[in-house]
Amino acid sequence: MKKQIQILINGKKIKAQEGDTIYEVAKRNNIEIPLLCFHPDLEIKANCRICAVELAEKRDLVASCSTRVKEGMEIITDSLKVKKARKINLELIFAQHKEECVDCVWRFNCQLLKLAKKYDVIINRFKDRKTRFPIYQFKNAIIFDSGKCIDCRNCVEVCHKQGVDFLELEEKKHLFHIVPSEKLNRDCVYCGQCIVHCPVGAFEGVGEFEDIEKPLKEKDKIVVAQFAPSIRTSLGEEFGLPYGEVVTGKITAALRKLGFNKVFDTSVGADFTTSEESKEVVERIKNNSLLPVLTSCCPAWVKFIEFFYPEFVPNLTTAKSPQSMLGGLIKTYWAKKENIDPKKIIVVSIMPCVAKKYEVEREEQLFDGLKPVDYILTTRELARLIMKNEIDFKKLKSENLDSAFGEPSGAGVIYGASGGVMESAFRTTYFRLTGKELKKVDFEEVRGIQGIKKAEVKIGPNCHKIAVVNGLGNAKKLLEEIKANPKEKYTCIEVMACPGGCIGGGGQPMPCYPEIRQKRAESLYDIDSKKKLRKAHENPIVKKIYSEFLDKDEKLRRSILHTYYHKKEKEGFTILDLNNK
Amino acid sequence: MQDIIKKIEKYKLLGRSGSRFPTGLKWETVKKTKAEKKYIICNASEGEPGTLKDGFILRTSPEKVIEGIRIALETIDNSSAFIYLKNDYYREFGGKLKTLSQGLPITLFEKKGGYLAGEETVICEAIEGKALEPRIKPPFPAEAGLWGYPTLVNNVETFYAIAQIDQGSYRNERFYSISGDTAKPGVYELPEDWTLKEVLEQTGNLPDFDFFVQAGGGAVGEILLPKELNKKIEGMATIIIFDKKKTDLNILMRKWISFFLRENCDKCTPCREGALRIEELLNEKNLNQVIWQDLFFVLENTSFCPLGKSMALPFSSLIKKLIVK
Ligand code: SF4
Ligand code: SF4
Ligand code: SF4
Ligand code: SF4
Repeated sequence: MKKQIQILINGKKIKAQEGDTIYEVAKRNNIEIPLLCFHPDLEIKANCRICAVELAEKRDLVASCSTRVKEGMEIITDSLKVKKARKINLELIFAQHKEECVDCVWRFNCQLLKLAKKYDVIINRFKDRKTRFPIYQFKNAIIFDSGKCIDCRNCVEVCHKQGVDFLELEEKKHLFHIVPSEKLNRDCVYCGQCIVHCPVGAFEGVGEFEDIEKPLKEKDKIVVAQFAPSIRTSLGEEFGLPYGEVVTGKITAALRKLGFNKVFDTSVGADFTTSEESKEVVERIKNNSLLPVLTSCCPAWVKFIEFFYPEFVPNLTTAKSPQSMLGGLIKTYWAKKENIDPKKIIVVSIMPCVAKKYEVEREEQLFDGLKPVDYILTTRELARLIMKNEIDFKKLKSENLDSAFGEPSGAGVIYGASGGVMESAFRTTYFRLTGKELKKVDFEEVRGIQGIKKAEVKIGPNCHKIAVVNGLGNAKKLLEEIKANPKEKYTCIEVMACPGGCIGGGGQPMPCYPEIRQKRAESLYDIDSKKKLRKAHENPIVKKIYSEFLDKDEKLRRSILHTYYHKKEKEGFTILDLNNK
Repeated sequence: MQDIIKKIEKYKLLGRSGSRFPTGLKWETVKKTKAEKKYIICNASEGEPGTLKDGFILRTSPEKVIEGIRIALETIDNSSAFIYLKNDYYREFGGKLKTLSQGLPITLFEKKGGYLAGEETVICEAIEGKALEPRIKPPFPAEAGLWGYPTLVNNVETFYAIAQIDQGSYRNERFYSISGDTAKPGVYELPEDWTLKEVLEQTGNLPDFDFFVQAGGGAVGEILLPKELNKKIEGMATIIIFDKKKTDLNILMRKWISFFLRENCDKCTPCREGALRIEELLNEKNLNQVIWQDLFFVLENTSFCPLGKSMALPFSSLIKKLIVK
C-alpha cells in the first residue's frame, strides 16, 4: 500500500498517494492541467513543458506530468507565472507547427487550438520554421507531414514499442528531425499507431481528407458498404456520444443516408473467417504440421511477419480477413443472386484501420482479377463524411442491415477486441474436433488488455497451448521466445497489431486512451453476451452460403476465401511534392 | 576513514562542477541508500569553453584524483568506479590513470557527445549505452543512477579535494581558470573565498583597459562589469576577460548560441525552440526586449535540464549591462 498524504492544490486540501505525479492527482480531482507530449500508453517524457505548475514553497515551476507529490506540497496550477510560461511555450510550439486545421485528424478536438484560446497565444508570433519540411508517404497507407511535428517524440516511441523502429531521430545541423528509416531492415507495417499517438496531427491516413467522397462518386455503380466489428462501439465518440456506446443501427442508417445502396456487416465476414480458419486449425492439428497457426486477419501483423519474420510465413492461416471474405462474397454470391455484373459493384469497407488500405491493394487478394474491396474508409473518415453531409448522427433512428447476409453471430462481433478471434475460433474448433457444442462459451482467459495472454484449452482428450497478443512489440517478444525455446509448442496464436486489438486501431477516433479502449471492448463483449447466436458455425446465413454456393465449387471457395503470403522486401517511403498538397 | 564524510561536511565541501551541491550530503545519500551494489563516477568531461581545471589537475596531480576515488570506493560498500573522460583527456591521461588505478575496480570511459554529456544523468545514459538525453529527476543518481543503482557522481576536482581533506592538507582552495584578453591566462589554485577582484589582482590579470568579464563558465557564465568584481565567484570558477573596445557583442553572443545549439539535446520546448529563436534574433539584430525577456523566462523557469535553465543568464546579463543599460 502506498502512503496516504495530503497536499494543497490551488488552496484546496487534497488526499493523494505518495509516488503519484501531480498531474495524476489533479486529474483525479478534476483539476485541469493541459498536456501535449503525455500519452498514457507511453513513457513520461516531460518535454513539451506545457503542463508546468507552480510550487508555492519556492515559486518554482515544475512539470506536473513527471513531478511526484510529497506530503504538504502546495501546488498552484493557474498562477500568473504558470499562465505566462504556458503562453510563451505554446507560441514557440506554434512556430514549429504548420497549422493545417482543415485537413487535420484533430480538427474537431484540437488540444493546441483550445490552449491557444485559453492562454491568449499569438499563433504567429514567431516565423514558422518548418514550412519547407518534407511530407512523406508510406505506401498507400500513411502520410507524415514533418512540418507539423512539435518534436514530442511519441511516434518514435510508439513505433519502437511496435517492434518496428521505422521512425527515427536524425541529427541534421545540430537539430533532431523525425524521419522514416532508410535502413534496409526497417519498414513500416502501416499499423497507424503513430497517427493516434501524435498530439498534433502530423500523421494521417492516405486520402484521409481528399478521397473520402470518391467511392460515392462512382458513376453507374452499385455501391455497397460493410463495416467492421469494432467501429460500432467507437464511431459514436466522434459525435459526442459516450465512450463505448453501441451505434450499430445508427451506422447502418447513416450509410444509407450517405447514399450507399446496400449495407452489410463485416462481422458476418468474420463468421466466415472463423469457419475457414477453424478448418485449417483442425487440419493442421490432425497432420501435426505448420503449428502454431498464426491468425492473419490483421494486415499490419501480416506485413510484420512477411518483413521481419519471413520464416513464420507458412504458419499464417491462409484464410482472408473478414472484410475481404465478405467483399468476395458480395461480388460473387450476392452478385449472382441479384444478377448484377460484379464489375459494377463497388465495395467500401469502413474499418478501424489504416493497414486495411494497404491490404485491399495487395494483389494476393484478387480473385478472377477482381478486388474483393475497392475502398477503405476509416472510422474517422466515415465520421467526417457524415459531418460533411450534415447528417445529425445522434438523432438518427436505428436501421437494420440489408438482409442478404443476415446477422452476425456474437463471435463475429468480438473480433474487434484482442482475443476475439481466438475466442470465436475456439467455439467453432471445439465443435469440429469433438462433435459437441461448447456449453460455456465465454473464454475469459483471452480477454482483457494485457499484451500477451497465454492459456491452455482442453479439447477432447488433448490440451492445447494458445496465446493471444496485442501490440506488435509483444508479438515480437513471443516470437523470440518461441525461437529460443522450440519445445514450447503452441497450437494457435492470435495477434492484433494495435493495443487492445482493432478497438485501438490507427483509424479510430482520437484520443485513444486505455480507458477508452476498454469501454469500446466491453461493449463488444456485451453485444456478444446478449446474442442468442454466439457461434460462427451456427450462423444460418453461413450455413446457407456454404451449402448453396461455396461447397459446390472448391476452386471458387479457395479463391474467394483464401490468399497467400510471402517474404517482403522493403517498401519504404516517398517524399511528396510540397506544392502538390 | 570512517569519518571522511564528517570531515567533508566539516569543510562544507561543495561540488566543483558548477551546481555547488554539498558533497558530504551526496556521499551520505549514496552510502545509506540500500542496494546490492553501487557506482562511483569521476566526472572529467569538462566541456565548458574557457574551463581547463580538470585537465590541469589530471596533468599535475593524477595520483590525488585516484586517491580520492580510492577513498570513495572504501567508504561506499560494494562499489566500483568509472572515470568519465572527454576525448582528448582520455587520450592524454588514459595511460597514466590506468597505471595509477591498478588493483582498484576503476574503469576508464571515453565520453561520447558534447557538453550536455557532462550532466550527471546524461553520463549515466552514456555509460549504459543509451541516447544522450537527461533523465527526469528525481530520482537523483545518488539514489538510482547507473543501471538503477546508487551512484556517486563527483567532479575531478572534488576527488582531488577529498584526497587533501583525508591527508589533512586541504586549505579551502579551488582552481580558477582564467582566459581571454589578458597576459597571464592559466589555471590557479587559490582560496575559495577570494573575490573576483582579488583573484584577478593576485594573478596579475586585472586589466588596465576598459573591460568586462564572464564569470562562471565560458558559455553559461554571467557578464560582470569592473564595478561588480567585489564578490566571490558563483558556480564554476571560470573567468574570461574581454577588452570592451575590441569585443563585438553580437559575435560574442552568436558564439554562445552556436555552443548551445550544438550542445543541447533538443528534447524540451523552451531549450530547443528558445535557442533557435535567440539565434534568429541575433541574425536579425533584433533587440526587442519583450521577446528576449519572454524567451529568458521560459528558459529559466521551464527547461528540462540545467543546460536550458542556464542559457538565459549570459545573454540577459550582457544585454542588460552592455546594450540596453
Ligand atoms: S493539431 Fe491540427 S487542428 Fe490543431 S492546430 Fe495543428 S493543424 Fe490545427
Ligand atoms: S510527429 Fe507527432 S508524435 Fe511524432 S514527434 Fe512530431 S509531434 Fe510528436
Ligand atoms: S504505421 Fe506503425 S509501423 Fe508505420 S511508422 Fe507508424 S507506428 Fe511505425
Ligand atoms: S489490430 Fe486491427 S486496426 Fe490494428 S492494424 Fe490490425 S487490423 Fe488494423
